Amino acid sequence: MSGMKLILLTFFPSPKAAPVHFDLTLRLRSPACLTFIAVRMFARTSALVFSPQCGQVRNMATLKDITIRLKSIKNIQKITKSMKMVAAAKYARAERQLKPARVYGTGALALYEKADIKAPEEKAAKHLIVGVTSDRGLCGAIHSNVAKTIKSEIANLTGAGKEVMVINVGDKLRGLLYRTHGNHILLNCKEVGRKPPNFGDASIIAAELLNSGYEFDQGSIIFNRFRSVISYKTDRKPVFSIDTVASSENMGIYDDIDADVLRNYQEFALVNVIYLALKESSTSEQSARMTAMDSASKNASEMIDKLTLTFNRTRQAVITKELIEIISGAAAL
Amino acid sequence: MMAARFLRRALPALRQVRSYAEVATGSPQMSFTFASPTQVFFKEASVKQVDVPTLTGAFGILPAHVPTLQVLRPGVVTVFNDDGSSAKYFVSSGSVTINADSSVQLLAEEAVPLDQLDVAAAKANLEKAQSELAGAADEAARAEVQISIEANEAIVKALE
Repeated sequence: MSGMKLILLTFFPSPKAAPVHFDLTLRLRSPACLTFIAVRMFARTSALVFSPQCGQVRNMATLKDITIRLKSIKNIQKITKSMKMVAAAKYARAERQLKPARVYGTGALALYEKADIKAPEEKAAKHLIVGVTSDRGLCGAIHSNVAKTIKSEIANLTGAGKEVMVINVGDKLRGLLYRTHGNHILLNCKEVGRKPPNFGDASIIAAELLNSGYEFDQGSIIFNRFRSVISYKTDRKPVFSIDTVASSENMGIYDDIDADVLRNYQEFALVNVIYLALKESSTSEQSARMTAMDSASKNASEMIDKLTLTFNRTRQAVITKELIEIISGAAAL
Repeated sequence: MMAARFLRRALPALRQVRSYAEVATGSPQMSFTFASPTQVFFKEASVKQVDVPTLTGAFGILPAHVPTLQVLRPGVVTVFNDDGSSAKYFVSSGSVTINADSSVQLLAEEAVPLDQLDVAAAKANLEKAQSELAGAADEAARAEVQISIEANEAIVKALE
């Protein structure tokens, strides 16, 4: 910048003392305009094109650059706005479906709460974690929150000497976990998030889990629980193995239960809990995507405003420069 | 055996119909929750009695029923409200939990009010399933067809 100022002084002693051979009063606003004009004038008098190479000087963006940038940001703003609309519609539907799903899910967990079933701490050697996310991004911190919780959980459990396996529901979680904790991954589920989850999806996940042959003593499902349009919280629900439930002391008060009935009941309860987690997670994801796209659109409008101002200033500077050229050329005749 | 248990529960109620004291100190209200994954029919409601079809037989649940866990089979669930009216629903499968505090959670995989079912369609499905049973190849397919037969038979029986 200081290098340019020298050249400036050579031609125009100061902007206020306007050179007398101009008829118009030039309103040269910013030093950037002056340097630009100075460079152009200097360039015309010498064959070389002088471009300043000092580290802090930026090349003045041409009108073309600004136009291209403005057009691309406007396109992006249209896209994020429409994504917000789509997310809002999906969120409304997901929230409607969440209401009965919540009653259903809490009903399924009622037994474990009322009978106060807890897995015995010392004995539980094999743990299972089911992480529920989805395949699609652009939804804020949804996936990274679940991954963070799972990573800290794995660290705690392996530190205590227990074996942990993880089931990923959703491709994003796989991407976040496979690099560092790839040896803990048991199952991956894809194609989650495109359509709203239903009971069939939950039963497929539960069936694969039970067929995998991993005999876990205790487990938990980690998902994002929906609290409101702007807030969700990463929550966990317990999953108990059949042996834990059968051997829990409070189960004695439940009468007339044989092993077959208990196994069927447990499997059904597992599906129900997974179903609840899927529903809550999808509602949180859509609301998070809605807020993320909303703030992206707002940021884009801010950038558009700033760029439009720069564009207008540049445009005026170009016009001014052309006028100067014309007039100085005419005056030289 | 289930019927006997049901009668055993019903008889005391008949004997005590004239004494008010029993109602005041006796069985707590039943908190009844009946839901399917997509619809809630009753949420912590107070009802008089619920009849459920389970794998071990059909039985009725009154307040202060002994705690138990059961798995449902395709059949009709009848809910008797406090005011005496009753509502029937067809459930495909699910589970019922009766807790010590007299709360009942009836979770059905699919449940519809009985008047939304069409007996002609059910009969047609039953015949189709029965003919498929002959052609079912492996165990899993055979089991699916048998489930379909059982469910359709139960629907037809419920609607007649």
